[in-house]
Amino acid sequence: MIETDIIIIGAGPCGLFTVFEAGLLKLRCHLIDALPQAGGQLTEIYPKKPIYDIPGFPEVLAGDLVEHLMKQAEPFKPGFTLGERAETIEKTEDGKFIVTTHRGTKHFAPIIAIAGGLGCFEPRRPPVPNLESYEDRGVEYIIKDPKLYQGKRVVISGGGDSALDWTIYLANGIASEVTLVHRSQSFRGHLDSVQKVMDMGASGKINLMLDAEITGVEGNGRVERVIATTQQGPKTIDTDHWMPLFGLSPKLGPIADWNLNISKNAIEVDTFDYSTNVPGIYAIGDINTYPGKLKLILCGFHEATLMVQSAFKRIYPDKNFVLKYTTVNGVQGF
Amino acid sequence: MIKITVIDRVGEEHILDAPTDMNMNMMELCKSYELPVEGTCGGMAMCASCQVYVMSDHALPEMSHDEQAMLDEAFHVKPNSRLGCQLHLHDSMDGLRVELAPEV
Repeated sequence: MIETDIIIIGAGPCGLFTVFEAGLLKLRCHLIDALPQAGGQLTEIYPKKPIYDIPGFPEVLAGDLVEHLMKQAEPFKPGFTLGERAETIEKTEDGKFIVTTHRGTKHFAPIIAIAGGLGCFEPRRPPVPNLESYEDRGVEYIIKDPKLYQGKRVVISGGGDSALDWTIYLANGIASEVTLVHRSQSFRGHLDSVQKVMDMGASGKINLMLDAEITGVEGNGRVERVIATTQQGPKTIDTDHWMPLFGLSPKLGPIADWNLNISKNAIEVDTFDYSTNVPGIYAIGDINTYPGKLKLILCGFHEATLMVQSAFKRIYPDKNFVLKYTTVNGVQGF
Repeated sequence: MIKITVIDRVGEEHILDAPTDMNMNMMELCKSYELPVEGTCGGMAMCASCQVYVMSDHALPEMSHDEQAMLDEAFHVKPNSRLGCQLHLHDSMDGLRVELAPEV
């Protein structure tokens, strides 16, 4: 069991800055994130986009801001559980918490800070009837182990980099047959991948279906064929696997089941200290809501700063806290 | 100020007063009237949760590469699909009719 002072759920900008502010109060933090890397939306959705409203940075790329935040948090040696979704929260008899991830990793602390942003990133599922009943029975949204496709027939849907890259990879001596189905005539991936896929289509190495969409999946207990809707009408493709690779989109996920007051997909908090209705659990950043809420990174930083003060008082009810300026005292890491 | 008609997912029509001097887009307009538009990515053409179908024959600005790419990956896309966040409100849009695409 991982033990710490504050379990931070979500390793986006707010979660990372919480590590710094908590560290100034000598509180240790451990971050959990469903994504395999820190940075949240900034890394996952828009690493190359500039942000203009971070105080002191006239312009900063989202990916660079995450790098700076990681560096700022570094002296306080945060722990990370990445690639695992925080699934359950249990309250112990002495009012502390155990957070368990979907892989079963357990974390123990007196304080939880939910900095979950938009929620967990999950694969976009195409609106195809009975899709769920074929998940992990031939339908996969994420390719974890390419060996699974050795000698198999596969159909890939999508027009982005991951659809293109996997098509090229699996068609080179792994899958016995690769079909790429894409809704339009153009791809949005890297130019050289697009060219490669077009060439492979022309030479017959893959079966390239453009202006087409998979609209049905069939089979007895697992995928046996998919139905493509094309401009020439419906077409059946016999296959062992179908991978719809349409990217990720955020969903509130398990947070909705933690007995917190939720309104419009966000956790209600008290602006005094960003506490939720459960004592000891706080919510900061895009995941919370209160009158006047603005979903801005800079507001999340402020929320994180006030939140750790309240967390400190909860952990050390008898200690008095005196605000110290970093300019005077510097940063004393762990 | 212009008028824009938004048809929601149960077929109800909402005639909205839309300011054209506040640098707003269709997604933000719908949200400000509390219509059920998610706008998850905040207007970066990266989630398609603000997809609308254009029901009138207004000449709208051409799609950017980003909008085109997102609609290539989105669901329930029709030839008249646009991303609400990429439609910046302009006087030439007076009388525009749009319908909200299904939620994904």
